[in-house]
Amino acid sequence: MSLMSLTAVELGKKIKKKEVTVREAVQAALDAITAREEAVNSFVTVDAEGALAQADEVQKKIDAGVLTGPLAGVPVAIKDNMCTEGLKTTCSSKILYNFIPTYSSEAVLNLQKAGAVIIGKTNMDEFAMGSTTETSAYGETKNPWNTGHVPGGSSGGSCAAVAAEECSYALGSDTGGSIRQPSSFCGVTGIKPTYGTVSRYGLIAYGSSLDQIGPIAKDVTDCATILEAISSYDPKDSTSIKRESYDFTSALVDDVAGMRIGIPRDYFGDGLDDEVKTAVLAAAKELEKKGAIVEEFDLGLVQYAIPAYYVIACAEASSNLARFDGVKYGYRTKEYDGLHQMYKKSRSEGFGPEVKRRIMLGSFVLSSGYYDAYYLKALRVKALIKKAFDDAFAKYDVILGPAAPTTAPKLGESLSDPIQMYLGDIYTISVNLAGLPGISLPCGIDSKGLPIGLQLIGDCFKENKIIRAAYAFEQTRTYTHSPITESNQKEESK
Amino acid sequence: MSKEYETVIGLEVHVELATKTKIFCGCSTAFGAEKNAHTCPVCTGMPGSLPVLNKQVVEYAVAVGLATNCTITQNCKFDRKNYFYPDNPQNYQISQLYLPICRNGGIEIETEAGGKKIIGIHEIHMEEDAGKLVHDDWEDVSVVDFNRSGVPLIEIVSEPDMRSAEEVIAYLEKLRLIIQYLGASDCKLNEGSMRADVNLSVREVGAAEFGTRTEMKNLNSFRAIAHAIEGEKNRQIDLLESGEKVIQETRRWDDTKESSHAMRSKEDAQDYRYFPEPDLVPVIISDEWLEEIRSKQPEFRTQKLERYEREYEIPRYDAEILTGSKKLADIFEATTELCGKPKKVSNWLMGEAMRLLKEHEMDPEDLRFSPANLAKLIGLVEAGTINGTVAKEVFEQIFAEDIDPEQYVKEHGLAAVNDEGELRAAIEQIIADNPQSVEDYHNGKEKAIGFLVGQTMKVMKGKANPGLVNKILKELL
Repeated sequence: MSLMSLTAVELGKKIKKKEVTVREAVQAALDAITAREEAVNSFVTVDAEGALAQADEVQKKIDAGVLTGPLAGVPVAIKDNMCTEGLKTTCSSKILYNFIPTYSSEAVLNLQKAGAVIIGKTNMDEFAMGSTTETSAYGETKNPWNTGHVPGGSSGGSCAAVAAEECSYALGSDTGGSIRQPSSFCGVTGIKPTYGTVSRYGLIAYGSSLDQIGPIAKDVTDCATILEAISSYDPKDSTSIKRESYDFTSALVDDVAGMRIGIPRDYFGDGLDDEVKTAVLAAAKELEKKGAIVEEFDLGLVQYAIPAYYVIACAEASSNLARFDGVKYGYRTKEYDGLHQMYKKSRSEGFGPEVKRRIMLGSFVLSSGYYDAYYLKALRVKALIKKAFDDAFAKYDVILGPAAPTTAPKLGESLSDPIQMYLGDIYTISVNLAGLPGISLPCGIDSKGLPIGLQLIGDCFKENKIIRAAYAFEQTRTYTHSPITESNQKEESK
Repeated sequence: MSKEYETVIGLEVHVELATKTKIFCGCSTAFGAEKNAHTCPVCTGMPGSLPVLNKQVVEYAVAVGLATNCTITQNCKFDRKNYFYPDNPQNYQISQLYLPICRNGGIEIETEAGGKKIIGIHEIHMEEDAGKLVHDDWEDVSVVDFNRSGVPLIEIVSEPDMRSAEEVIAYLEKLRLIIQYLGASDCKLNEGSMRADVNLSVREVGAAEFGTRTEMKNLNSFRAIAHAIEGEKNRQIDLLESGEKVIQETRRWDDTKESSHAMRSKEDAQDYRYFPEPDLVPVIISDEWLEEIRSKQPEFRTQKLERYEREYEIPRYDAEILTGSKKLADIFEATTELCGKPKKVSNWLMGEAMRLLKEHEMDPEDLRFSPANLAKLIGLVEAGTINGTVAKEVFEQIFAEDIDPEQYVKEHGLAAVNDEGELRAAIEQIIADNPQSVEDYHNGKEKAIGFLVGQTMKVMKGKANPGLVNKILKELL
């Protein structure tokens, strides 16, 4: 059995017990990347040399007893919108093709303190704008379950890398579903924590009021362990929140007796694939069998979440992405006459079409005369959605539904119809608008052989409830490795 | 001119706050460092960096608001003002539009006629300064220096309540003094730590509506402000008189040409697409915090004036000059505390210090010497260790380099000669050498003694005790 088919926590244990060296673990990840990267393209940058050097450093600290945590020595991949000191950080955009940060994002620093070894930076939709990882300037990532399909997005590279077992776990970011939807498409588990739980310092912003970093791994145990390592109160991020507790692993208990689970009827209407519906409702049944009280309810306002999200996220993005202008770093056009043309050409050539579309949309909704009609109204919708969830959480501990209306679409299908692509975020987006935690985990495989994801949503700071419910459900099934890893394992064993 | 016109003026005043660090990061605000020495990922707009508000900025802004009778917005927010320019590293400025920290205030000024008038303050908001573009024409490149990027500013927006250049200057002087007294800024127009943009329109006397206004920028001195107001008023009246219209536009004052030119009209005005800054949380100013700031408000000029007359028994005229500058008042109080001679201190400050400031074209705020050294100097004179002439010479050194006068006098051998024997010998020689003057003196020409004193001082290289010289001369004559 390959080291890479282990979960992060399992590998961490072997390293701790000296059954495996950190270098062996890192080399296994690098070998997997060599074997599968051509088919999957999960990475923008692979830092083999740096990873091996880190491996030796970490090994010394483990041997010296300085590093004793569960993730010490375990190889991780980082989404390419998180700054990594000395390692190229592109946001999968041409405009940052040469950007090497002089600082690391807080979440990455937290992981490094826990002894993580960074093996590379994963592909994503350009500036996290997209649901398929096809808008990357460095080629699309393919779904390890079927390379003719997308991995989802925007953290498609991170999810595909975990599913293809090119790393033990990964970090993603979630602005409107960017961790949960690709986790669902790739058959892995991902958590979007409560807004303010993981520092955004060093995360290259898309929609600042919605962005949150979170873990992507093979199972709930890994995700809870990683979340425990990356979350912290960070004075460098004004929106960071001092939580009462950063303990998430104590929620890994197979017990949902008496837990109240609400299923929003609004999530099971038109547009939901039948196979997805069946698998998700079957998951609810499993939890019910374990003693949870499951009932249907009307959440309301679901149809307003997508327009409100695109107004708010694009408005913030139009301003956040203004700094990429060719003046200080990144791409600058070769020939220009004067400042204005330099700006115009650098940005026109540096950004891809989806990013341009969202910058234009965002600039429009903020422009004088439209601000009240769009932006202010969207903020009001956001407040109403939060209120609807507050009402729901007065009755339920956890809200259960699908992570996405379908399984992974074919490559090239989505980009031709952006509205359809935007609608794919319907179940994930309102979680970001309300700042809530959400988890996506595998709950089945459809007739096309593609994974189906279950989403559990919790109230603010109630990660432990969704972790507990997810863990309990997870005990009813076994993890299915993506086909691409099986074929490679067979070759390895020959 | 057939009609009578009234000028209507409102001001937007930017003041750089005297915090040690920038508004959203820990970089130093010190002026004059090597290019980009005081920068970090936050103030250079690097991807992924986030702003964190400097609490001192809020305290200064609230202090200025309280001193100008504003209502404090206890739940205020920051907004982003979006525009592209290379000195603005994020291509947006973090400022306040929707909920500025202070609103609805005003300060009283004295008008030319000697009356009093309240100039309303519409709002005060906090924001960050931009960097500086440096153009190198020789190399045909521009470089950006981000040292100033993120230096905290407050913008004080007045109501259109001023009617003349004199009122504008009176308002600015009053505002400057209040802010200097608070220690919130040194408010130097020439260095840009205080900048005023003038919004001006004219209308016929008695008209109900305001005329179309223009905004004048790049005014770096009170003189420039006064001249620009006169120029703009006349330009607008000429336009109206000749049947033309005033165009709403921003104009730039050229100090050397003493004229202004249009920068951009309302039509090209940018849409700043303001929206709430998502990277910062609302600033909540609790009642306790507000009270704490209020309780730390310093003694302002009116109270100081009264106290100087009462406590230090110095004339009103002296008190007015000394309190006209926070720095001067501070030096006066600290020196008096050390030497206990308020009138002597006042004399030095109002005489020699003011003379030297004028000579060097400096402001009282530029004074750099320590009160201890001035106190020591006064002590040396009082003790007769040095005479008045030498004292002035030593003061120049204190003024320029803040030297220790006791040490300086010792090192340069400037102590007065108080040895009667030595003086008597010198004076005897002077009398012998100047029989004509002696004769004149005896013939009743009192002035002749002055000449003899002068000669003695010359021989003694200025160090003789003048009282003693006079006494011995009179004895010997």
